[in-house]
Amino acid sequence: MEALKQELKENIIEQLNLEDISVAEIADNDPLFGDGLGLDSIDALELIVMLDKDYGIKLTDPKEGKAIFESVEVMANYISANRTK
Amino acid sequence: MAQQNYIKSYVHIKNNTVSLNGKVIYVDNEPDFKSFIKGVYKASETKYPKFFKMDSLSKLAFLAGDIILNTVQLSAVKENNIALVFSNKASSLDTDRKHQESIQCKENYYPSPAVFVYTLPNICIGEISIKHKLYSENSFFIFDNFNAKHLEVYATSLLIDNKADEVLCGWVDYDGNDSYEAFLYLVSSEGKILHNTEEIIKLYTN
Repeated sequence: MEALKQELKENIIEQLNLEDISVAEIADNDPLFGDGLGLDSIDALELIVMLDKDYGIKLTDPKEGKAIFESVEVMANYISANRTK
Repeated sequence: MAQQNYIKSYVHIKNNTVSLNGKVIYVDNEPDFKSFIKGVYKASETKYPKFFKMDSLSKLAFLAGDIILNTVQLSAVKENNIALVFSNKASSLDTDRKHQESIQCKENYYPSPAVFVYTLPNICIGEISIKHKLYSENSFFIFDNFNAKHLEVYATSLLIDNKADEVLCGWVDYDGNDSYEAFLYLVSSEGKILHNTEEIIKLYTN
């Protein structure tokens, strides 16, 4: 699980172009949206694509993302339980 | 009698150099556009993390616009009615190609939303408008070459018809690493350089 969380942090920084943020600055329970990393709606769509591309998880309802993308911890748990690759 | 308008300020970004009103304000020898434009951003001391999410055309336009708009006192309380009239040759072709690559293969079909949103050239106008809170008229034209006459006529029309108090005009073109240029100028009722086609061409070619 720790390796997955590390991988997620690296992917989030790279794929969302968070130029001024390092892996060490993202705590497992930091909120990804709002006051946390300050991600926006396009970032949410990008994370949905990442779930599909990297872990074979297709979200049919984008609203599901709101709960799944709460934090790296929540994302990692969801991916572990639902990944197909 | 028609009011005489002037070019209040102008900025040029090309060949690894940024100049403002004819004076070089930044130059480096970075081998690629990505490194160069990041250097311009860092030097500008503009704190705007969304910059890193923009495509190359928007980064170029955003910084050119930021440099020139920072030379004027924008009001924090009342609306700044500065119209934006941009043009280029390559439209959003660089980003269009990236999007095309991502949907080329049915077995690897993962279009990126963050890329897709930049597949229109006028998105770069939106980036400048968001940063500087401009709710003004805007247009983006595609030409084979820099068209000073068209820009002059269009900007003058906006000012005569009271559609804008000032007009930020110019050329912002990006078509790959070695092919980029931004030339923006602010048309105003104040200034020293007459706003006419000859002066625009002179500033653009210098």
